[in-house]
Amino acid sequence: MLEVEALHTRYGPVHALDGVSLKVEAGSVTAVLGANGAGKTTLLRTISGLVRPTEGRVFLHGKDITRTPIVEIVRSGCAHVPEGRGVITELTVEENLRLGGLHRGSEASPPSEIYELFPQLVERRTQPASRLSGGERQMLSIGRALIARPRVLLLDEPSLGLAPLLVAQLMATIRGLADTLGIAVLLVEQNARSALSVANHGIVLNLGKVVADRSPAELQSDEQLRHAYLGF
Amino acid sequence: MTTFVDYTLNGISTGAIYAAVALALVLIWRATRIVNFAQGAMLMITTYIALAVTNKTGSYVLGFIVALASGLLLGALVERLLMRRVEDGPPLNSVIVALGLYTLLVAVAGMIWSDTPRPYPNAFSILGYKVGGTRLLFAPDDLFIVVVVILIAAALAALFRYTSLGLQMRAAAFKPEVARLLGVRVGRMFTYGWALAAMVGAIAGVLVAPSVYVAPNNFDPILITGFVAAVLGGLDSPPGAVIGALIVGLITSYVSGYEGSALEPLAAFVVLMLVLMVKPTGLFSATKERRV
Repeated sequence: MLEVEALHTRYGPVHALDGVSLKVEAGSVTAVLGANGAGKTTLLRTISGLVRPTEGRVFLHGKDITRTPIVEIVRSGCAHVPEGRGVITELTVEENLRLGGLHRGSEASPPSEIYELFPQLVERRTQPASRLSGGERQMLSIGRALIARPRVLLLDEPSLGLAPLLVAQLMATIRGLADTLGIAVLLVEQNARSALSVANHGIVLNLGKVVADRSPAELQSDEQLRHAYLGF
Repeated sequence: MTTFVDYTLNGISTGAIYAAVALALVLIWRATRIVNFAQGAMLMITTYIALAVTNKTGSYVLGFIVALASGLLLGALVERLLMRRVEDGPPLNSVIVALGLYTLLVAVAGMIWSDTPRPYPNAFSILGYKVGGTRLLFAPDDLFIVVVVILIAAALAALFRYTSLGLQMRAAAFKPEVARLLGVRVGRMFTYGWALAAMVGAIAGVLVAPSVYVAPNNFDPILITGFVAAVLGGLDSPPGAVIGALIVGLITSYVSGYEGSALEPLAAFVVLMLVLMVKPTGLFSATKERRV
């Protein structure tokens, strides 16, 4: 579904991604873990086209999208939910949702399906998104990505700033998206324990390099790895 | 009492013209965070073109339509060819480019049409309405100006509130990167924003032309007053721009009516200074939300 091949991204002298390769299958969740500055966000930004790699390639449904314009990448079914909840606070909840589905026209999900998934948003429909709590904003930004019926979902730190109970709910929702809709999820997280609890696969990044690429159980049982990179 | 009514009506009709200019500035500021100091020169060019068409065909309406069309085109061209290159740079770059464009357009207009002011026809009679035996300082042509500006403001509000295009334009203006990730063609939205703004500016040009005459520098004062109105309204709020323009229109009308027209530009600047000192965000600016 999504395949990344020896990706290198540089910001001036900084080598943010140093030969990262990975593969996410339909209906599976791959967690990308690692400390601040490990290159997790850069990985997502490079896949969705916000940043261009200096080397390596990205494939979506087997098609090379490394140089494809962002708009085309989005339109071919890759949704990126950026860090810090990219909700547009000046628009209402409903407007945020509608915006997410515009490029799919009649192919987009009706907003009612998203409200069914996140019932808390219904009563907030006509309010500006600036009035939402952190958890509600997270739901809105994920709902806004889902409304376009993406095949690949890139999530950047969705648990950031959420209460533990909400994090657990959110992770269950993410697992459900992969299971019921067959979406390929690439989940970037600092919260390694939660992410691994729902992932099929875990990748640990350090200074732009993949230092481990294993099943969640194997990652959790490797004490050295856990202490060095995962912080639990 | 009648003089007060006269000054008020006059303030409303000049305020309507300031509103169109202020809307042009606000649309561009919202879309691209650039204050378009070339707006006055751009609407001067479109007004010259409209005047040429009206003189040739004898039709006011045709000139008006050509003003709209040339405004759309000029706005789109300016964004695509010039502003696109400085949108991401420091704010000063776009200010300098806009000032450069202003100088260029004024010089070009002088070369083509000379500096001699030319009369522009009114749409309707400028003979004031008669109420109870006295003639008001408010004529059918003033009514036309007010109605046109109300229609523009309503059309813009409807565009932004009810259409997908408007939603995409707002998203591109507020959070370009997020909009891009949602499949919005952000660059194209910026071009539309500039085109739309220049069109609104072109309308202001045609409306004010009969009272200022058409010459390369004759539209500078309304740009300044329009700018004061836009700042008063918060610079990023279209309804704020309209209300700000009405306030400025009324103030300048009372000042020039009761104290003499020489004080009119001074009044506009006093308003600007007061706004910047007392409430620099303007009366209606969308309050920026703090990060939690």
